[in-house]
Amino acid sequence: MQKKSTSTPFRSGARLALLLQAALWLAAVAAVFLLPRRMLLLNEITILALFALSLDLILGFAGIVSLGHAAFLGLGAYTAGLTLKHFSIDPLLALLCAAATSAVLGFATSFLVLRGSDLTRLMVTLVVALLLGEAANKMQWLTGGSDGLQGIVVPPIAGLFEFDLRGRTAYCLSLATLFVLFLLARRLMASPFGMGLRAIRDNPLRAAAIGIPVSRRLVTVYTIAAVYAGIAGGLMAVTTQFVSLDVFDFARSADVMLVLILGGTGYLYGGVLGAVLFKLLQDILSGLTPQYWHFWIGLLLVALMVVGRDRMRDLVSKVLGRIMPSATATEVVR
Amino acid sequence: MTAPVLETIHLQKHFGGLHATRDVSFRLTRGARHALIGPNGAGKTTFVNQLTGVLDPSSGQVLLEGEDITRLRSDLRVRRGLSRTFQINQLFKDLTPRQTLGVAIAQRLGVGGRMWQRFEGDTVIDGEVMTLSRSFQLTDVLDRQTASLPYGKQRLLELAIALAAKPKVLLLDEPAAGVPQADRQDILDAVRALPADVAILLIEHDMDLVFAFADRISVLVEGALLVEGTTAEIAADPRVKAVYLGEGEHV
Repeated sequence: MQKKSTSTPFRSGARLALLLQAALWLAAVAAVFLLPRRMLLLNEITILALFALSLDLILGFAGIVSLGHAAFLGLGAYTAGLTLKHFSIDPLLALLCAAATSAVLGFATSFLVLRGSDLTRLMVTLVVALLLGEAANKMQWLTGGSDGLQGIVVPPIAGLFEFDLRGRTAYCLSLATLFVLFLLARRLMASPFGMGLRAIRDNPLRAAAIGIPVSRRLVTVYTIAAVYAGIAGGLMAVTTQFVSLDVFDFARSADVMLVLILGGTGYLYGGVLGAVLFKLLQDILSGLTPQYWHFWIGLLLVALMVVGRDRMRDLVSKVLGRIMPSATATEVVR
Repeated sequence: MTAPVLETIHLQKHFGGLHATRDVSFRLTRGARHALIGPNGAGKTTFVNQLTGVLDPSSGQVLLEGEDITRLRSDLRVRRGLSRTFQINQLFKDLTPRQTLGVAIAQRLGVGGRMWQRFEGDTVIDGEVMTLSRSFQLTDVLDRQTASLPYGKQRLLELAIALAAKPKVLLLDEPAAGVPQADRQDILDAVRALPADVAILLIEHDMDLVFAFADRISVLVEGALLVEGTTAEIAADPRVKAVYLGEGEHV
């Protein structure tokens, strides 16, 4: 009897959380039919969500801060763009190529972030992105330099799905990619490997003292995150048929950090929710004040910092608590 | 004499001009209950950090079961059966004790790096977590966030994690440090109840705990081993009284 009374709210809370997740993905699918005019924006949101998910893997789960995550986004974008332009391969294959090059770069640069404090990591990641951006700028013969990579022709996906001007195919491709990679990430983080990462994030000294090979785990997760970011970049090239130098921009790396701050780290949905919020705010605010929309985003962040995420969470769970049992609300807000 | 399970040979550590460890040759036998004592700043923790691989010795060797582990990575030493606790709690604050113990056990079982298996719901790991949490009185707090546990419980968890590695050698770095008087008995009981086949080196300041626990005592002074012997010998040794007990056993 007692057992029942304690487990029921928990289970219904878990069920509600599951329901909300399902609702989120269904809404994303329904948007294909309900918002045919906003496909381009939705595509951008989806790619940003994937990019933020990538950062969450290293920041939220392994505690690695990065201000240069755009390095992988940019490399993925140029890889996909170049393979499409010169070999007119299938877009899915182009995404795989993007994943491959960013995996190599991620693996190689992971050793730079192993040692050192957060500050060193911020600087090192920042520098890697800047170097790549400058390299792309100088290699004009390959990348088109500051003119951007033009003349990308994207064949239909698997010879079947043609890309349309409205961006419907583009959005569907991005959404499907995000969904698959999200499920993979969730699986990964629920594994012993994922729990080990959380242990490392909490206390690397103790993690080593229970026998976790800390460096090897960080190299692995950093490489995986690089692949995710590379695919996000590849999607940008595939869906916009254009790549410009700003894919390496510092603002990209900074924005994706903001997205995670808005959405929260360490539970995978932070990137998705943050991306939706960020892009919608950007869309609305830039409509109101084209020049100064960053000011309002900044103000929101300051407010978020001052109020604190925990207090906001408490507030939401209090509001939810009015309409449902409090344990359920806590579970949903988690 | 049985063969030592852990041994150091002429271990030396300098930090610039400071000799933190001077020519320490030390043996720990299987199942030993050994204490390492010494005044503040004697280099006890520096010595332990060289055993576990946190610090590299300047010269000398560390042997575990006869094999040279002097330059081995610290996580690999743990796999070979050398485990430790920390003087200041080193816990996973955001995880629960169940997750903490589970991750340590998974690592020992060699499944800690698996990516496609669920972490939760492994019957072998769950069984071990229950056994461990019973021996360390953690069953009632298994699913609470570690940071929210009372200090005494955190201290017990610190011991339980170290034991989750099923060590052959366990280094206890001041297990009762900072524990309120009321909870000290719990710690002492837990330390006493540790498996008999595990060799234990207790690094401790608290003389009551040392004499209640250890069979043999080594005294470290200014980085060098001053004397080693049974508890009775050490208690009677005038040199120890001079450098250690003479200093006053302040709390």
